[in-house]
Amino acid sequence: MTTPMTPATPSAPADLLYSEAEEELRTAVRSLLEARGTPAGILARIETDRPHDPALWRTLAAGIGAAGLLVPEKLGGQGASHREAAVVLEELGRAVVPTPYLTSAVLATEILLGCDTEDAVPLLRELASGRQVCVPAVPLTLAPGAPLPAAVRDSGGGTLTGTVTSVADAVAADVLLVLADTGLYAVPAASAGITPQVPLDLTRPLATVTLDAAAGTRLADPATARAAVAGALLSGAGLLASEQLGIAEWCLTETVGYLKVRHQFNRPVGSFQALKHRLARLWLDVASARAAARAAADALATQSPDAPLTVAVAQAYCSGVAVRAAEECVQLHGGIGMTWEHPAHLYLKRAKADSLALGTAGHHRGLVADFAELPAP
Amino acid sequence: MTATTAEQLLTRVRGLLAAHPPATTPRTDFLRARFDAGLAWVHYPEGLGGLGAPRSLQAVVDAELEAAGAPDNDPRRIGIGLGMAAPTILAYGTEEQKRRFLRPLWLGEEVWCQLFSEPGAGSDLAALGTRAVLEEESGEWVVDGQKVWTSSAHTARWAILIARTDPAQPKHRGITYFLCDMHDPGVEVRPLRQITGEAEFNEVFLTGVRIPDAHRLGAVGEGWAVARTTLMNERVSIGGMRIPREGGMIAPVAAAWRERPALRTHALHQRLLELWVEAEVARLTGERLRQQLAVGQPGPEGSGMKLTFARLNQEISALEVELLAEEGLSYEEWTLRRPELVDFTGRDAGYRYLRAKGNSIEGGTSEVLLNIVAERVLGLPSEPRDDKDLAWKDLAR
Ligand SMILES: Cc1cc2nc3c(=O)[nH]c(=O)nc-3n(C[C@H](O)[C@H](O)[C@H](O)COP(=O)(O)OP(=O)(O)OC[C@H]3O[C@@H](n4cnc5c(N)ncnc54)[C@H](O)[C@@H]3O)c2cc1C
Repeated sequence: MTTPMTPATPSAPADLLYSEAEEELRTAVRSLLEARGTPAGILARIETDRPHDPALWRTLAAGIGAAGLLVPEKLGGQGASHREAAVVLEELGRAVVPTPYLTSAVLATEILLGCDTEDAVPLLRELASGRQVCVPAVPLTLAPGAPLPAAVRDSGGGTLTGTVTSVADAVAADVLLVLADTGLYAVPAASAGITPQVPLDLTRPLATVTLDAAAGTRLADPATARAAVAGALLSGAGLLASEQLGIAEWCLTETVGYLKVRHQFNRPVGSFQALKHRLARLWLDVASARAAARAAADALATQSPDAPLTVAVAQAYCSGVAVRAAEECVQLHGGIGMTWEHPAHLYLKRAKADSLALGTAGHHRGLVADFAELPAP
Repeated sequence: MTATTAEQLLTRVRGLLAAHPPATTPRTDFLRARFDAGLAWVHYPEGLGGLGAPRSLQAVVDAELEAAGAPDNDPRRIGIGLGMAAPTILAYGTEEQKRRFLRPLWLGEEVWCQLFSEPGAGSDLAALGTRAVLEEESGEWVVDGQKVWTSSAHTARWAILIARTDPAQPKHRGITYFLCDMHDPGVEVRPLRQITGEAEFNEVFLTGVRIPDAHRLGAVGEGWAVARTTLMNERVSIGGMRIPREGGMIAPVAAAWRERPALRTHALHQRLLELWVEAEVARLTGERLRQQLAVGQPGPEGSGMKLTFARLNQEISALEVELLAEEGLSYEEWTLRRPELVDFTGRDAGYRYLRAKGNSIEGGTSEVLLNIVAERVLGLPSEPRDDKDLAWKDLAR
């Protein structure tokens, strides 16, 4: 009989703080978003066909250099790491602004880096510079550790046919990365049918992508392609925790601020202990989510063997915190929280959609069960 | 030269180990040599068991000593001394007090207890009524009153004590902080049996206890500020603890789950995984707190960690009793004992379940800590109160 093992603690503790460079990056992103990603502006855009703001994206991606953080300098990127990308995602979560950051600068970038072929380099350069937006044509719900979809078939010579639903940010894409039976392909968005869906979260638009004998450029063989997509899903899930942290943080800060100024019963409502305790608990959860999200970003940045478990822990934890924070935000704002004008609903919708994106908390707990050797009955 | 880098500290540790090989050196001799080498708590000043080094480097020293099989000073048995009395004496003590008390405290030769709570003053600790009156001719304070829930009073040599020295002042202002000799004839310790069946804490009756003025800590009437240092350290000493992954309460449940497949059910699996994840996140949050403290940005996460620790311990131990099924119905023993230490992991699930109930009461209840987070961290307004400016003697009781 084998002795059951306790999952080992990583020998070097993760660096869970923020470096000065990371704080500077945060400041740059935050001031851009405060100026150009205001809730009123987002509300005005999200019901149009084009919720993304291309000018804002150019400044973020190219001006600040956020799109190329994960790309090595010799390939035209910033040569930074998941730690910096995580900080950008915290700020994007805090602003719930529609940008193809998670899809293009994280998922597609990681897939292309995982291909490790010359064929992927030109596209990677385009991505890293922010000149082109590239998104993976997979459902947003696709999770690390889940079977990869096989919806697209190559009918010979790289002509691809198939339908993929719930593709995030496809409406903003110039290029789609398509996983087919014969490998990974880059397909110009213009040669695909892109039909917007009505999403729960209007700030991360979804579309159905239909390929009808569309021509694509092959970037990787099937085995490489599958490994690259699996690796990207792990990074994406790990970094999504930082977006969830940003959402939760905004909700907490905004709610605390409101309860200090809103008076009922001749007192600020924030002086009622029932509400103080709820917010203190939420603060605890947010502080814990920060540690979990930082650990995941650090494990990915250092390519720690502990990354799969740390990412699963962060996802299993942070999804729920973001949703609860947004729910508390709506509830504690009272009637105002239910209105379209107040941005609380943007956060609730993003938080809830995020809790399905890249694997639910339940899925990630299942992964924890495997890694920590706590098998189901 | 003070040793402040990890390298310099490791050289010192190796020197200590070479001069006092743990295998052949008696335990207390080794610990004494370690203290005198400044390797007890490296962030304390030289001559007081430290080297004025960054606090974060203690982990380097501890790991090296542990690997060499060096004896430890059993922090569980002397937790109140280490976690609370020591940092308070360091912050407010005279040079003489520091030299007299810190070494035997760290060595575990003198166990400390905390005489704070009273029957009429728990959460509202500043309402306490134990009196201390200065006797002019002898220069001694004479103390009368009753303390309660005093952990380890039966093994303690010394106590940190707060008492009222001016009833005419508002309650926070008339308090003074003392170091009390538990062997003084006026000190009577009576076991107080608790929910687990044993008597880990006590009632302490103080009758004409004489405390020399040299054992006062901080200025007369300023004991509340001193006590706050103790209370803050109490919370951080819980939150700042370093535990390995799957350390603490989750360890025995996870082990039972792995070793006894017959106990597994789907419902318990989901709860176990949720709590395993929360325990891991709590470990990371504690790690983050320690890293913040080490670079000198002490976050308010300290009270937070204590809150999380209490809730998780209770939920995990509750799950464990359920997981054990029939076995969960029996209890180890109910005979009255007076234990020397609180040992969660060395005991049965039923004990853990019952003892963990105290985690949300001792060291400040969870309700009171939530108030602290809400008001001091989040800046939410306090509830209207009318006890701040009234003299203590005029308060409703
Ligand atoms: C195992 C254990 C060991 C202990 N060891 C020591 C020790 O060594 N030394 C020592 O001095 N003390 C010790 N204590 C005492 C401990 O610090 C007190 O029990 C604690 O501070 C609570 O005080 P209380 O018991 O008087 O409860 P009370 O203050 O009477 O509280 C009763 C209830 O009211 C709630 N409550 C009170 N005020 C508020 C408020 N403002 N808002 C909301 N809810 C409120 C409390 O949370 C609690 O649920 C120990 C306690 C335990 C359980």
